[in-house]
Amino acid sequence: MTAALEIRRLTAGYGAEPVLREVSLQVPDGQVVTLLGANGAGKTTLLRAVSGLLPTTGTVLLREQDLSDVPPEQRVRRGLAHVPEGRGVIAELTVEENLRLGGLWRHGRTALRERTDAEYQRFEPLARRRKALGHQLSGGERQMLALARALVAAPDVLLLDEPSLGLAPQVVHSIMQTLRDLCDSTGLTVLLAEQNAAGALSIADRGVVLHLGEVRSDGPAAQIAQDEALRHAYLGY
Amino acid sequence: MNQNPRRIVLLTVGGLVVALAGTFLLDPYRNYLLALVAAHLCAIAGLSLLIGRTGQLSLGHAALMAAGGYGYVAGVKLGDGAVPDGLQPVLGLIVAVVTASVVGLLLGLAGARLHGPYLAGLTLAVVLALPALTSQIPALGGDQGLMVPFRSVPQALSSLIALEQWQAWIALTVVAVVLGVLATVDAGASGIRMRAVRDDEVAAALAGIRPGRIKVQAFVLSAAAAGAGGGVLCFVDSGVRPGGYGVTLSLLLVVGVVVGGTGRLAGAAIGAALVVLLPWLIGLGTSGLDLPAEAAQRLDGNLAVLVFGLLLIGLTVAAPTGALGLLTRAGASRKRSAPSIPTTSKD
Repeated sequence: MTAALEIRRLTAGYGAEPVLREVSLQVPDGQVVTLLGANGAGKTTLLRAVSGLLPTTGTVLLREQDLSDVPPEQRVRRGLAHVPEGRGVIAELTVEENLRLGGLWRHGRTALRERTDAEYQRFEPLARRRKALGHQLSGGERQMLALARALVAAPDVLLLDEPSLGLAPQVVHSIMQTLRDLCDSTGLTVLLAEQNAAGALSIADRGVVLHLGEVRSDGPAAQIAQDEALRHAYLGY
Repeated sequence: MNQNPRRIVLLTVGGLVVALAGTFLLDPYRNYLLALVAAHLCAIAGLSLLIGRTGQLSLGHAALMAAGGYGYVAGVKLGDGAVPDGLQPVLGLIVAVVTASVVGLLLGLAGARLHGPYLAGLTLAVVLALPALTSQIPALGGDQGLMVPFRSVPQALSSLIALEQWQAWIALTVVAVVLGVLATVDAGASGIRMRAVRDDEVAAALAGIRPGRIKVQAFVLSAAAAGAGGGVLCFVDSGVRPGGYGVTLSLLLVVGVVVGGTGRLAGAAIGAALVVLLPWLIGLGTSGLDLPAEAAQRLDGNLAVLVFGLLLIGLTVAAPTGALGLLTRAGASRKRSAPSIPTTSKD
């Protein structure tokens, strides 16, 4: 299977000391790959580096296009969506405006309306909160909105950072299931950074375990979930 | 933010018609003041959009108004002999807007990477440099500035309205266009982009928005509005003098924004009225006090600034959303406290 996203020898950080050290991995087309690891492992840093928010050395390929010198907004326009930790919902925009924001660059007025209507159907609670401001939403609603906003642009690859953060288990389960259904129905490719390893592995095709900025394990999700030594050492369950 | 373009056009045209009709109720001096309010409203509305929607604080909008004034003079001279007399002010206003937009583009490009006090400092430096610039460039007329030929009322209207009323009509028409454009931008996709960039540049970039470009676009739009205001002032005063576009005016424009409510175009009207009318009203008040000549001289001009300062402090404490926010809240609370009227009777 071809790789929708390929990362080669990526090094990135926030200062002189790199957080990621020569990380290489592939995200096959239409699959969910989950990044696992403890706090400080480099999961969020990897996603930020891939979407161009951090200076990096190494190569990021999106469907074989080199994104290394491409600014973040251009990466979005080439099909890479990123839902950051904390969700990146614009607090002073309404749900409707947040959704439109995601597709303004891509769609005309009619197409954008069709795309936002489709997301309202996918995430029904949002349809009832169209006029609510971002800061008035619950954590679960914000996560849905962030996800829906990314999907409005019809991306090829979705980077999703800690979608379970601060959410009730039932909401987490629902979001994870929605994600899996999306991939199965649309062929979306997902790179998911998640602390909730059990939940992430339950919907993922593959897992990549990071430890202190390096890849410790990379394999099928079911295999990682059954590797007791790996789970105890790095995943905390 | 939820107004559609048709509603904005209707509101703008309706408001313009009412305002034009209202000029028949005013004496010539008050019509002149109305024209000044309209000129300042152009600049304050543009600045309000800039600060309120993109978070960019400019202390240089007086210089952009001056650019509009000089542009107006250039436009009128350009049209002299080339276009009919009646169209020269129109050409002047167009060149005013273009000139201020170009200056705004340069400032916006320089300021796109700057935030908060750094951008304010850059724009303040432009205002401070204006007198030196005009004295060094002979074409700008030095301290005396530049004059344009006096414009009388068109012959078809001369038996109907006075000069000041004609000036007020032009000023009101320009401000209606400016407010209509700003409101349309604010209500549309560009307004969403601007607010996204203001709230979270990273999140905006991750939504495919180019934050730098949006900031520059907003600065140019705001500069164009200020240029229109400067052009109107030049039309009303038949000239532009750099001394009138100093730091004090820049600060008063910001005060007008804050007083009216940042990001609120309707509030900008309150701010503009205050900036123009408060000094006049204070002058009226002090002239009736029979003060000694020395005290009256000291108060002249200074008292208005003092009152502006006190008003600003009072408003920011009592109504952080500005006068319009205060009025909206008062209206809402009056509605809530109004006794309900029974709609049925048991009689």
